[in-house]
Amino acid sequence: MKGLLIDVTRCIGCWECTNACAKANSLPPVDSLTRAAGPELSADRYTVLRKVEVGDRGRRYVRRLCMHCLEPTCASVCPVGALHRTPAGPVVYEVDRCIGCRYCIMACPHNVPRYEWNEPAPRVRKCILCAPRVARGEPTACADACPMGATLFGEREELLDEARRRMVESPDLYTEGVFGELEAGGTGVLFLSDVPFAALGFPTDLPNHPLGENTEAVLSRLPDVILIAGSLLFGLQWIIHRREKLAEEAETERTSEKSTPTTEPHEEGERA
Amino acid sequence: MEALKRLLRPTFWKVVFVLVVAAGLYATWLRFAKGLGAATALSDRFPWGIWIGFDILCGVGLAAGGFTMAAAVHIFRVKRFEAVVRPAILTAFLGYVLVVFALMFDLGRPWVVWHPLVMWNPHSVMFEVAWCVMLYTTVLALEFSPMVFERLGWGKALRRVHRALPYFVVLGVLLSTLHQSSLGSLYLIVPTKLHPLWYTPLLPIQFFLSAAAIGSAMVLFESRLSGRAFGHELPAAVRVDLSRVMMVLLVPFALLRLADLSRRGVLGLAFEPTMEAFLFQVEFSLGVVLPIILVAIRRVRHAPQGPFFAAICAILGFVTHRLNVSITGMDATQKTGYFPAWTELAVTMMIVAVGFAAFALAVKFLPVFRQTGEEPEGEGAPVEP
Repeated sequence: MKGLLIDVTRCIGCWECTNACAKANSLPPVDSLTRAAGPELSADRYTVLRKVEVGDRGRRYVRRLCMHCLEPTCASVCPVGALHRTPAGPVVYEVDRCIGCRYCIMACPHNVPRYEWNEPAPRVRKCILCAPRVARGEPTACADACPMGATLFGEREELLDEARRRMVESPDLYTEGVFGELEAGGTGVLFLSDVPFAALGFPTDLPNHPLGENTEAVLSRLPDVILIAGSLLFGLQWIIHRREKLAEEAETERTSEKSTPTTEPHEEGERA
Repeated sequence: MEALKRLLRPTFWKVVFVLVVAAGLYATWLRFAKGLGAATALSDRFPWGIWIGFDILCGVGLAAGGFTMAAAVHIFRVKRFEAVVRPAILTAFLGYVLVVFALMFDLGRPWVVWHPLVMWNPHSVMFEVAWCVMLYTTVLALEFSPMVFERLGWGKALRRVHRALPYFVVLGVLLSTLHQSSLGSLYLIVPTKLHPLWYTPLLPIQFFLSAAAIGSAMVLFESRLSGRAFGHELPAAVRVDLSRVMMVLLVPFALLRLADLSRRGVLGLAFEPTMEAFLFQVEFSLGVVLPIILVAIRRVRHAPQGPFFAAICAILGFVTHRLNVSITGMDATQKTGYFPAWTELAVTMMIVAVGFAAFALAVKFLPVFRQTGEEPEGEGAPVEP
């Protein structure tokens, strides 16, 4: 399973990752305006660099991109399976399935997927971890372009080992652990930092289990609910209707007996 | 010809209707020609707005009278509610048709709305919602069909439907239970995005209970309005009983809500000087506690307008709760300051207006209030001053 390791301490803010991403994914080129604006992800920007001032610790550049969760919330909520994680690692999107309900955008704990709000036939847009390149055995465009080795591409397990190695080597620098090792079930994109992740804008309040478990706990009970409630309702309905029918029959019997009392004398005796 | 002329004669409400629909049609053009961005205040940080929060979440909830009354009459054979089962089913059917209609505006690619039929993801609550909408709308069409068949005099079709009706009603109750609760389950996926006054693992149960309670309130509401317009007043005893049913279902909802808030240790948030706390107080005190108290007081319950006013409070409280979950509670963390664009409101108002008009037409031309008037005034009637 492929992933990325992004070391915030090594990033110099050169934007080569975003440039390369735009080229690889046929997105509009990055101009100085985009850089200056303090940009966010958008329908035509799969990754951006955010400039963050962290108190007296100075400036940090933090990449924003899809985290490629191991158990993606977006894939779990999509009613038609338009999003899924490929065995190689990337979480990808198929527009031909999408109905445009935007539950993925709603549910993503990292606020990543973007929508083409001004298109009559809109698509969901997000980083796909260069799935076609990865399938060819190449690294992602961003990792390939990074001159500082701040973004590394590789097997997630190996990247995690590398992160741990760096933490052991420079325990005074990497004081914050790895973001993405456990968050919401773990992510394919891992971050190392020397300043608190919360200060860099990461969602640090996420549970360690995949969010899809929240809804699956309910959905998995559905068959039981249908079975029990269904048989209960059908049973009740049958009993109540049956009783009503019997009562009706008894009623008509009684009235018919009253109108013709002499024709069936043996029943007359039963009643007495 | 004469009927057509009368239909076209302008009245105040007809003029309002035409204006609302005209604004809605402009917004419709904007939405489909220029995309969601041009017609809505939605954004990547706030992807679901009033079309989901009101049109879908409230629309489906307010249609709940269809399954509660159908269950009461066709399964439990509560004879007293026979007079209201048809208007309740009509409301539910129209409600679901309009929900599907509203969905066409909100979906980004509405032309493939049928995809969940063939592309399955059973892990998705939205998948369950999609199937429930499709199946229950079909069931409601069948439950509604006798009113049309009677009008057309199709005896054979009518007998067939009547024979199958009890089974469809059971199916409808099942589907409604799933659907009402799954609308709450939709929000289980956003534990860090929804404000703790509204996020709870009990959302599905809360959504189901509040919908079941609001079913009776909606029957009271619409029978009062159509009663005014067409002269079919509900017997007082039925009104009293409907308000009692509403109260009996609101009480567990209220208790569950409080118990859940205190168990999660967030009850204090309800008394902080925040917008969220204020809206929670409105929702809970005016929309849940007040109607319970109103119905609990014998004099109010038996007053001619008592059940109606309690129902109005409960309906407003219900709508506030659903909007708080979908909008207030989400924006508390997303901080986009989302407020619907006028074109979003125009579409929603158009849909509501079409609903009212369709209901009025159906009551006019179909045997909706057939059984009313046959029943004598019950115990509640003499109390009226």
